Amino acid sequence: MSTATNDESRARGKAPAGERIADWADGRLGIYSLAKANMRKIFPDHWSFMLGEVCMYSFLIIILTGVYLTLFFHPSMNEVEYHGSYVPLQGQLMSEAFNSTLHISFDVRGGLLIRQIHHWAALIFLAGMFVHMMRVFFTGAFRKPREINWLFGFLLFVLGMFTGFTGYSLPDDLLSGTGVRFTEGAILSMPIVGTYISFFLFGGQFPGHDFVARFYSIHILLLPGIMLGLMVGHLILVFYHKHTQFAGPGKTEKNVVGMPLLPVYMAKAGGFFFLVFGVIAVIAAITQINPIWAMGPYRPDQVSTGAQPDWYMGFAEGLVRYMPGWEINFWGHTLVLGVFIPLVLFGLVLGVIALYPFIESWVTGDKDEHHILDRPRNAPTRTAFGVAWVTVYMIGLVGGGNDIIATHFHLSINDVTWFVRIFFFAGPVIGFIVTKRICLALQRRDRDKVLHGRETGIIKRLPHGEFIEIHEGLSQEQLHTLTAHHQYEPAEIGATVDENGVERKVPAGEKLRAKLSNAYYGEDNQIPKPTVEEYKEITSGHGHH
Amino acid sequence: MKKLSARRRHPLAALVVLLLALAATGGLYAAFAPAGAAQADETSQSLKIEQGKKLYEVGCASCHGTGGQGSSNGPSLVGVGAAAVDFQVGTGRMPAATTEGPQVVAKKNIYTQDQIDQLAAYIASLGAGPSVPTKQDYDPAGGDIAKGGELFRTNCAQCHNFTGKGGALTKGKFAPTLEGVAPQHIYEAMQTGPQNMPSFPDTTLTQKNKQDIIAYLHAIDSPETTQPGGMDLGGLGPVTEGLFAWIFGLGALIAVAVWVAARTAKAKKS
Repeated sequence: MSTATNDESRARGKAPAGERIADWADGRLGIYSLAKANMRKIFPDHWSFMLGEVCMYSFLIIILTGVYLTLFFHPSMNEVEYHGSYVPLQGQLMSEAFNSTLHISFDVRGGLLIRQIHHWAALIFLAGMFVHMMRVFFTGAFRKPREINWLFGFLLFVLGMFTGFTGYSLPDDLLSGTGVRFTEGAILSMPIVGTYISFFLFGGQFPGHDFVARFYSIHILLLPGIMLGLMVGHLILVFYHKHTQFAGPGKTEKNVVGMPLLPVYMAKAGGFFFLVFGVIAVIAAITQINPIWAMGPYRPDQVSTGAQPDWYMGFAEGLVRYMPGWEINFWGHTLVLGVFIPLVLFGLVLGVIALYPFIESWVTGDKDEHHILDRPRNAPTRTAFGVAWVTVYMIGLVGGGNDIIATHFHLSINDVTWFVRIFFFAGPVIGFIVTKRICLALQRRDRDKVLHGRETGIIKRLPHGEFIEIHEGLSQEQLHTLTAHHQYEPAEIGATVDENGVERKVPAGEKLRAKLSNAYYGEDNQIPKPTVEEYKEITSGHGHH
Repeated sequence: MKKLSARRRHPLAALVVLLLALAATGGLYAAFAPAGAAQADETSQSLKIEQGKKLYEVGCASCHGTGGQGSSNGPSLVGVGAAAVDFQVGTGRMPAATTEGPQVVAKKNIYTQDQIDQLAAYIASLGAGPSVPTKQDYDPAGGDIAKGGELFRTNCAQCHNFTGKGGALTKGKFAPTLEGVAPQHIYEAMQTGPQNMPSFPDTTLTQKNKQDIIAYLHAIDSPETTQPGGMDLGGLGPVTEGLFAWIFGLGALIAVAVWVAARTAKAKKS
C-alpha cells in the first residue's frame, strides 16, 4: 500500500511533511491499521465517566513530580547534623533522609512546590479512585464482561494506598515515623509470623537502619511499576470492552453513542489533563501539606498528639482506635486482639467490595453481558449494600480522626469513640434500610411518571367544583429512558422431587442463594416497571382516572 | 398611655423592647459586678498582701476556703506559689464559674495586673511556692530555638501537638493551643502544672530549658512566623489535609469535569 501511494505522490510532487513522516512510521510500526481501528473509537459523554481520567492524570503528575524528587532525596538513615536554612532545626541530629527532605523543601529551586504537588496529587489520586470505584459500583458497570477490570481497579486502589504509605514514610519525620511504628505494631500482632515478618521488614529491631532505603525502592520502583502495568491493562480493557453508557433513546447493548476518540475526545481529554494539573498545582501553591519541618526528625522516644495517617489509611487507623484493647495470654504468649482484629477487618472490608461482582452474579444468576448502566435506584439491594459499605468506611475515617473531632466540636473523645463503636454496627444497617426504601420510592415515582405523566403544577377546577392537577405525558425519549432497564426474576430452588418422586436434598448453598436472590429481585424488593398494556390502558382513557 | 398601646404593634416595637431589656441587664450587671476599683499605690509587701486578701475574699474564697485551705469545690492554695496565681488569674481561668465543663478554660481576665500581683502576694504568703518568673527567665530572644524544639517534642507534643495546636484528652478535657499564649504564662504553666498538665519544676526542666521551649514556640507560632508552602490548614496534620483534598481538590476537579462534559462538540442536530 505504501509503495503505491509513494508512486502517486511522486507524480504530483512531494507529499506534505506530515504525510511523509506518517508513511515512514507506518512502514515500520504499522500505525495506519492501529489508527484506523482506534481513532474512531466512540466514548460516551458524561461527567462521571471522567473520574477515571482524574485518577490517571493525577497518577501521571505524581510520577513526573516524583522523578524530580528522586534527584534530590537521599534514602539513607545515616545520622547527620542539620545545617540548612530552616532555623528551628539547625544543629539537630537527623537521618539523611530527613535532612535531604528539608533540603528539597527549603534549598532546592521549586522543591517545596514539587513536593506539595506530589503529595496533594497523591491525596487526590486516592480520593479520585475511591469515587471512580463507587461510580462503577453504583451504576453496575462491574458486571460481565468487566469483572476483571473491576479487580484491576481495586488493586490499583489498594496498591495506591500502600504506595502512599511508603511514600509519606520516606522523609523519616516524627509523624510518619509514628505511622511506621503503628504498622510495626500491626505486623507484630499477627500470631506466630508477626515477629518474623517485622524483623525481616526492618532488618532487625525497629526502626533499624534499613527501612527508609527499603521503602524507597518499594515506593519508587516496585509498587508504581505494578500500578503502571495495571493501569495500562485497565485502559486496554476499557478499549476492548468499549465504554458503558446510560440508557437512552438509540442506546443499546450493542452500540456506543458518543464522540469519536479523535479528534473530539483526544482534545477534551488532553485539555482535561492540563485542567487537572492546573487545579492540583494551584492547591499545592497555596496550601501546605505534610510540613515535615514542623514535625521534626523521627525519634522512637518522641510522639505527638493528632498523629494520623493520610486519609486513605485513616480507615485502618480508625479500626484500631475504636477497637477495645483486648488481649489474650496463654502459655506465655500474648495475642493482641485489639490490633489483630482490626487488621483482619481491614482485609475483610476491602475484600468484600473486591469480590462483590462475583457475589452478585452468583446470587442473581445473571450471566449476561451488560453495556448499559443501571441507575442506582433500579438496583435497590446493590445500591443499599454499597451505601452500607461506604458507611463502614466513613465511620472508620471518623474513628481515625476522633481526637480532632473531639477538640474541634467540643466533644468528649470517649463519646466520639463510643458513637463510632455503635455506628460501626448500626450505621451500615441503617444505611442499607434507608437507601433501599429511597430507591424503591424513586422507582415508584418513575412508574408514576411513566403512567400518569409529569406534574405540571397547573390546577384546574372542574365544573362540578373538583380540583385536579394537570399531568403532562412524558416524551417518547423520557418514557424509553425510564423503562429501558431489565427486571429479573428471583432464582428459585429447582424441583425438590425428581421424576421418580424421590425427594432431593437441597444443598444449603442453593437455599441461601434463593433467599439472597429474592432479596434482590423478589416481590417488594423491586417495583415492577409499567408494562405497555398498563400504559395504553391508562393513556387511552384520558381524563377518566 | 394611648400612644403606647397604639404603637405596641409597630414593626420596630420588639426591637425597642429588646434594646431596653439589654440596656437594663447590662446596667444592672455593671452596677453589681465586682469593680476594679482598688488601685493601691503602696509598694509595701504587707499592704499588698492585705489588698490581696480582700480581693481573695470576694473572688476566690467561696471555693478555695476563707484561708486558702480549699473546700470540696476547689483545691488548697497553700504552697501553690505566686506563679500559679499569675497564670490562673492572668489567663482568666480563675475565678472559674461554678458550672464549668470538663475543664476550666481560658477567658477574658477581669483583674488588672496590680490586682493579680496583690492576689499572688497573698497566696504566696500562705506557704512557699514558685514565684512569678522575671522577663530574663522567659524572654524568647535568649533561648535556643532548635534545642527548644527537641525538648518540646520530647515533653510537650504528646498533648499539645507538634506545633502547639493542642489536642484531646479523656472525657472532654483537652490540652489547649499554645498559639497566642504569653511567654510568661507558658513559663508559669510549665512551672506549676495547672489542671491536667504535669508540672515541670526546675529539677526536671531547668530555667534555660523552659526558655528554649518558649523560644521555639515563639519561632513557630508567633504572628511574625511565616508558613513555608502556604496555608497551614490549622496545623493539625493529615485529617484536615485529607478533608481539604476531598472537598477542594476532588470537588474542584469534579466541577471541572462537569464543565468539560457539558461542553461537548455540537454534533449537527438533525
